[in-house]
Amino acid sequence: MKPSSLLPSRWTAWRIRWTESVIEAWIRISGFSAVFLVLAILFFIFREAFPVLGRPGFSLSEFLGSVEWYPTSAQRVRYGALGLLAGTASVTAVSLLISVPAGLGAAIFLSEFCTGRTRETLKVVIELLAAIPSVVWGFIGLTVMSQVLRWATPAAVGVNLLNGALILALMSLPVIVSLTEDALRSVPDAHREAAEAMGATRWQLTWRVLLPGARHGILAAVLLGTGRAVGETMAVLMATGNAVNLPTSVLDPVRTLTANIAAELGEAPAGSDHYRVLFLTGVLLFGITLVINLLTEWLVRGGRKRR
Amino acid sequence: MLRDSTERYGWGAWALLWILLLGCSRGPVGGPPILGKGSDTMVNLAQAWAEAYATARPGVQVEVSGGGSGVGIAALIRGSADLANSSRDLKPAEAESAHTATGKAPREYIVGYDALAIYVHRDNPLDAITFEQLRELFAVDGRVTRWSQLGVRIPGSRHDEIVRVGRQSSGGTFEFLRHRVLNDRDFRLGTLELNGSKEVVELIANTPTAIGYSGMGFAVPGVKLLRVAERAGEEAVAPTSEATVSGRYPISRSLLVYALGEPRPEVREYLAWILSDAGQAWVPASGFVPVPPQRREPAGRLMEVQR
Repeated sequence: MKPSSLLPSRWTAWRIRWTESVIEAWIRISGFSAVFLVLAILFFIFREAFPVLGRPGFSLSEFLGSVEWYPTSAQRVRYGALGLLAGTASVTAVSLLISVPAGLGAAIFLSEFCTGRTRETLKVVIELLAAIPSVVWGFIGLTVMSQVLRWATPAAVGVNLLNGALILALMSLPVIVSLTEDALRSVPDAHREAAEAMGATRWQLTWRVLLPGARHGILAAVLLGTGRAVGETMAVLMATGNAVNLPTSVLDPVRTLTANIAAELGEAPAGSDHYRVLFLTGVLLFGITLVINLLTEWLVRGGRKRR
Repeated sequence: MLRDSTERYGWGAWALLWILLLGCSRGPVGGPPILGKGSDTMVNLAQAWAEAYATARPGVQVEVSGGGSGVGIAALIRGSADLANSSRDLKPAEAESAHTATGKAPREYIVGYDALAIYVHRDNPLDAITFEQLRELFAVDGRVTRWSQLGVRIPGSRHDEIVRVGRQSSGGTFEFLRHRVLNDRDFRLGTLELNGSKEVVELIANTPTAIGYSGMGFAVPGVKLLRVAERAGEEAVAPTSEATVSGRYPISRSLLVYALGEPRPEVREYLAWILSDAGQAWVPASGFVPVPPQRREPAGRLMEVQR
């Protein structure tokens, strides 16, 4: 090896400087690209959806107020998304009824009642739940859960609202458990010690001190779990039965906004009214998740300020 | 050191770049590609044929797109397609306009048959069904919602309510049943719309109170295929290949390909291959009924055009 190559030559020095500035620029672009991508996606779904608003076959009141979703009717095409909205709302609500109590219980147990190996193992297993792909969840709903439900409940058909809600609850559980546990652990130890010094039992401590102290974090966890449930597509498409319906019981099959887009967008000719209305349901969905996320943000911030 | 490695990898990158460039510059050999367009029902089958033909006859390229039978026929008349895939007969007006536009009469090839079976659970005592009953079951203005209305009691089931199962609204199967059986009336809301022929049949196999339609070739052990009569009092025909080919089974149609006059030799050869054993082997794989050997007409049938 030539001795000259061991010293940093001018060329090498220049190259190091150059590489560094390239890397810096790259990191900066990556940071801004997130903002840019979100804006671009927003622009795209709005641009695809808006032309339908002025079309003769479409009325906004029908879109928001009618259950009749007949996008390919040979008689009269009707785009009533109320059934789909009801589907999304009902599946999400029922899944929260299952996942919130279970998630809170699990988080309280993990953070206050459980130590050492058990705690570590449980945490790993719960986080593993989050790693299961949604299509696998859907498959479980379609094959396993539907059989269980037909055996355990008086349901006529195994793929229904309850099936979708159970699958969604299992999917949003890890989010709710980890965030709630974080919130509980971030309650200052001084509060615990004070409560214990006054002779509070563990249950009193949890119920009267920890839960109120962590309420903002817990609400944020619940709302993030809700966002997960509203936006989930593949699993609910497979597990809910995909029938446009205003559900009257948890054992009715339903169709959600997301599942409807997934099922129909592939076959709707690009630029057709049907295609644009599907994008409009996308806008609706975007609005729902945006409100949930803003609410979460606001609550978390409120919690920080107060502390 | 650094420079050495750049040089080593640099050469490798150059070589790779050249290999890629040379690889790309190899264009298609042989004549212009065969363009096929039309029926969405047939698009998967046509795609399978095109891909298999690319390995059977390398050098001849077949390009397939969907859009609907009418779109394909229009493209054939305009001269922007060599072949029109159609799941309905050519209308006399279309044959005429093809003749005036190109001076050639259309040539019709029967390449397969599409037959929809009505599936129920194996334990369902129902054996045959009429179009009228299917309309009452599936159409938006139908009145049959309970099995007892058809005089049927499902053994071992707590339920009387009928679970209707079908395909999603944009598919050819959905449209064919709606047109042929429901006379273009809309399906009733609350019908489970699944996105695969197999899924429909599997759900019915798991649900004693279900009834649904799907391609004939998807039967599994847990289901029963009903005999179908177009009118009450007529003999109900079981969905078999023979009954489909002879046209006795009422929910069936021919899958057609149209060309113009004397197609060019590559196109003729392609059509002959489609109607050979090798080509027809792809038909059942797509859920359709193949043309029996004695009924195959590789030369097609030139249509008469009235003026």
